[in-house]
Amino acid sequence: MSADPGTIAVGGTPLALGRSLVGLWPIGAAFAAFVIVWKLVVVVSGLPEFILPAPEVVGARLVEAWADGTIAPHAWTTFVEVVLGFTLGAGFGLAVGYALARSVLIERFLSPYLVAAQAVPILALAPLLALWFGPGLLAKVVICGLIVFFPLTIATMVGIRSVDRGLLELGRSLRASRRQVLCTLEIPAALPAILGGLRVGVTLAVVGAIVGEWAGADRGLGVLVNLARGSLFDIPLLFATLATIALLGIACYVVVVLVERRLVGLR
Amino acid sequence: MTARTGRLVADDIRVAFRPAQRNAAPAIALDGLSLDVGGGEIVALIGPNGCGKSTFLRVAAGLLRPERGRVTLDGVGVTAPDPRIGLVFQEPRLLPWRSVADNVTYPLELAGWSRERRAARLAELLPVVGLEAAAALRPVQLSGGMRQRAAIARALVLAPDVLLLDEPFSALDALTRERFNLDLLGLQERTGTSILIVTHSIPEAILVADRVVVMTPRPGRVAAEVRITAPRPRSLALLDEALTSRAAAEIRAHLELGEPVG
Ligand SMILES: Nc1ncnc2c1ncn2[C@@H]1O[C@H](COP(=O)(O)OP(=O)(O)OP(=O)(O)O)[C@@H](O)[C@H]1O
Ligand SMILES: [Mg+2]
Repeated sequence: MSADPGTIAVGGTPLALGRSLVGLWPIGAAFAAFVIVWKLVVVVSGLPEFILPAPEVVGARLVEAWADGTIAPHAWTTFVEVVLGFTLGAGFGLAVGYALARSVLIERFLSPYLVAAQAVPILALAPLLALWFGPGLLAKVVICGLIVFFPLTIATMVGIRSVDRGLLELGRSLRASRRQVLCTLEIPAALPAILGGLRVGVTLAVVGAIVGEWAGADRGLGVLVNLARGSLFDIPLLFATLATIALLGIACYVVVVLVERRLVGLR
Repeated sequence: MTARTGRLVADDIRVAFRPAQRNAAPAIALDGLSLDVGGGEIVALIGPNGCGKSTFLRVAAGLLRPERGRVTLDGVGVTAPDPRIGLVFQEPRLLPWRSVADNVTYPLELAGWSRERRAARLAELLPVVGLEAAAALRPVQLSGGMRQRAAIARALVLAPDVLLLDEPFSALDALTRERFNLDLLGLQERTGTSILIVTHSIPEAILVADRVVVMTPRPGRVAAEVRITAPRPRSLALLDEALTSRAAAEIRAHLELGEPVG
């Protein structure tokens, strides 16, 4: 296209893209404000680099550590743990949440254990799980899955319970099978609640993976945090790793939000 | 005239709902209700709020098992939902995440019809309820009357022998309502469906029905039946005739006389 940048692009896509980018300006503004305040704190307080490095130092270290392959393998390991753990926890959460919503007996049996398990901090459970499941991937996936499980169970239960009884009666009057009721009534009706649970779950999944790595691992972003603080004593790298963890969380969250837009955006 | 199917007979129906509190007496919604809708007949059911009209329709549709009595369709007991019975609930009960078209064809989808057959049936049916232009809209985008029309189309989609309508026109403006009453007569003429329609409007009952059944307050029973002798096809002029005012006075008298809660 030879037109100057001020011209409005012809055709839907560039225009729509431009519009959605314009809509994102508060995010950019918030990020800029965050960086400015950070820089101000560094300048005013005069804290040394090993306590609070300046944003540009962390930024440079982040780029460098990604470029020279310091972060990438750790990030990949954590990413795999998050995806597997989230899938496992969400899968079980959906199934158990549905069972709790539809059976009083199951709810009576399970809910005390669920609440008890939720009341024990995952930090306290992690070393035990690491002992049981070994130092490999499995322990992290289990820890991550456990932390995702609870919010999804609750969200699914609430969502399924809130399905309009009138619609269920309609399904009955049309002789819908159990599977048809599930697929055409219960799941679509509970979807907004379930997606809310997924939003919470996906950010917790990142927490679960890091906690699992702290309890014993040789690779992962949680491990890199420890290395940077300890034997490497590279505080800008520590901050760069934290930024990577945050970005991973944001990326996962954005994926869930996009899925949500696609599934329920039109209602 | 050919032999028509779709004769719905209810005999001595009793329905009691378990009370909310432990020791309270059960709420008796219907007690000894007997009703007969002949094949191809239109019967209007009229009665005060809470007398059990909706409850009776749920029994007739096989959704609710009565404590006593039974409902038969062409001599066969109705104990479960039956595709030959179409029910329009008092609320439209559309699926909010589906378009009007997908709501109307929902029963076909559940019954396993192919996409092409569903589309063909939809194209037949939407003009009947005047929703051709709204096919792609979602229920939230419709007016209350359009929602009720969509619900009626959904009940008609499987071409039932009996149509049970629970106050189907309550959300329509007066003129549209009269037009729909005439449309209902036309629909009955074309399809031969038996129709049981619940209404609170005496003129509506007289305009559409061959027979008006008046119910008592709770527990609901039949207080009286008023036959509307006006020949079909009917027109709105019927509402101005002496016959109508006589029938209306009779229905009103039965409504007022209906015994109080026993
Ligand atoms: N599921 C239920 N549990 C307990 N009581 C019920 C239930 N459904 C209906 N009832 C009671 O049964 C009676 C009849 O209710 P129904 O809905 O059939 O009345 P209706 O004649 O349709 O009234 P309206 O004209 O207001 O629609 C009411 O007193 C109501 O409180
Ligand atoms: Mg009712």
